[in-house]
Amino acid sequence: MSKQGEKTYFSIVMARLVKNPFAIWGGAAVALLFILAIFAPFICPYDPGVVETRILLQAPNAKHWLGTDELGRDVLSRMIYGARISLMVGIVSIGIATVIGVIVGAISGYYGGWVDELMMRFVDIMLTFPTFFLILAVIAILEPDIMNVMIVIGITGWMGVARLVRAEFLSLKQRDFVVAARSLGQSDFLIIFKHILPNAMAPVLVSATLGIAGAILTESALSFLGIGVQPPTPSWGSILTEGKNYIEFAWWLSVFPGLAILITVLGYNLLGEALRDALDTRLN
Amino acid sequence: MENQQKLLDAKSLKVHFPIRAGFFSNQLGAVRAVDDVSFHIAPGETLGLVGESGCGKTTLGRCVLRLIEPTAGTLEFEGRDLLALDKKDMRSLRRRMQIIFQDPYSSLNPRMTVGNTIAEPLKIHSLFKGKDLWDRVAELMGQVGLRPEQIKRYPHEFSGGQRQRIGIARAIALNPSFIVGDEPVSALDVSVQAQVLNLLMDLKAKYGMAYLFISHDLSVIRHISDRVAVMYLGKIVEEAARDELFKNPQHPYTQALLASLPVPDPRMRRKAIILSGDLPSPANPPSGCYFHTRCPVKEKRCEEQAPQLKEVAPGHRVSCLLLDR
Repeated sequence: MSKQGEKTYFSIVMARLVKNPFAIWGGAAVALLFILAIFAPFICPYDPGVVETRILLQAPNAKHWLGTDELGRDVLSRMIYGARISLMVGIVSIGIATVIGVIVGAISGYYGGWVDELMMRFVDIMLTFPTFFLILAVIAILEPDIMNVMIVIGITGWMGVARLVRAEFLSLKQRDFVVAARSLGQSDFLIIFKHILPNAMAPVLVSATLGIAGAILTESALSFLGIGVQPPTPSWGSILTEGKNYIEFAWWLSVFPGLAILITVLGYNLLGEALRDALDTRLN
Repeated sequence: MENQQKLLDAKSLKVHFPIRAGFFSNQLGAVRAVDDVSFHIAPGETLGLVGESGCGKTTLGRCVLRLIEPTAGTLEFEGRDLLALDKKDMRSLRRRMQIIFQDPYSSLNPRMTVGNTIAEPLKIHSLFKGKDLWDRVAELMGQVGLRPEQIKRYPHEFSGGQRQRIGIARAIALNPSFIVGDEPVSALDVSVQAQVLNLLMDLKAKYGMAYLFISHDLSVIRHISDRVAVMYLGKIVEEAARDELFKNPQHPYTQALLASLPVPDPRMRRKAIILSGDLPSPANPPSGCYFHTRCPVKEKRCEEQAPQLKEVAPGHRVSCLLLDR
């Protein structure tokens, strides 16, 4: 039933995105990541796990476009599978962070008073931890496993979203349409979910997009340090780690995964910034 | 007056907003938005509430609906003590009392279709289901002068006047006996104002609900009200039947307000009363009579003694010391 007008709002945002070259480039980079990750088995020229001792550390050539690693595995294929990790880490960890952040921010902003005070002081405490070292410590205690990495990135990254959502709720709950819903006798639950949240999602979407870039970087760093994705599963960070031992004579092992991280993070950041401009209601 | 039936009866209502500051949120004072206000509204009556910006009109309007909790006072609606109701009972009583807002651009959820906005009250109170629900929504849209085929449109596709009609449809959906109109036409163009005012009057003629009609515009108040209350700095300073108030204003503030009203007769000469100064802060109201800082006829005692509302004629109450002579 909401098709017609939602389309108009959606089409306004889309029209603005299409006009923005940053959105196009960012969107293309993110789209490429999705395509590579989803269709990895069909795209990959070789099996990323097959060890070929006859072709160790080959430089990029016609058969192996991005060369081979110290076990003779195809770097391109390993990187395409690595895209799956990056995509998954970005979406799952930011998904967790966004859900926690929205719930905390919504309750805090809507109810106010001591609930708000308590939750925001907890946010302050969470923010005093240096996130990366917290993640290191937690992973050191738990198993170094990709699932754990995603969960830990998620539960250490929700505070920004919570503050953002709280601020949106504080301003939206004063608006007349929310007062109207209260005067009609609407329940708090539906006021939050039907009236306030849909109007508070634009900045959350932007922050999630930007957050994904950060999460991918964190995962790469953890994998680089050997406590993220475990071999033989390929991840851009772990390929980088393996490459660092051979960096003097096998540059392709370090440069290509580094470039992949750069392009992906840049893509998400550009897309996030373009979304922020496109969703800005003041320009309506 | 006393034995007349009362739909809404407010006694000594106060709404004070605390001013807090410092690390331990010490209360430094209070903004007295509504300060000891008593009034009543009879069934089917329109009480116009007039006053300048910041005098507490909107707060009073929301307070009688318990959208803002009063700090003190009593509030009776249809014979029930509103302030004693728990959350659940209050919620179900909300179908009897509704509000129409000033700003038609902020009173509608931009992410909800017109149909869903008007259907919301009906869904909350489970009054209609399925096809009946949408038939009722279409009927309501027709009653406020909207075309039922616009049911799936979003608010941004409508003009200010049309949006106000959507807000009115939402407010009358539950057949309330009482509606607070919080400056419902102030944000509209003059030509649209008249249409919306007439719509409100037509609806009242049809359904017989009572209005608390808040406005700063005396012409609008004069057009729609049965009785008028004049508010100054959180207090009602004068209250009377419409014609009595406009013909025979007693309070110097009311007289000044009426003197600013244009008269459609170029030959008629009137004495202009210019109020000097600004509205004092409701956080720090003047001593004695709140109006003494701007009153053109004030005397020494006005600075010390606070006047009470007194009946000077049947149904005509004024709060001014000078009438005590």
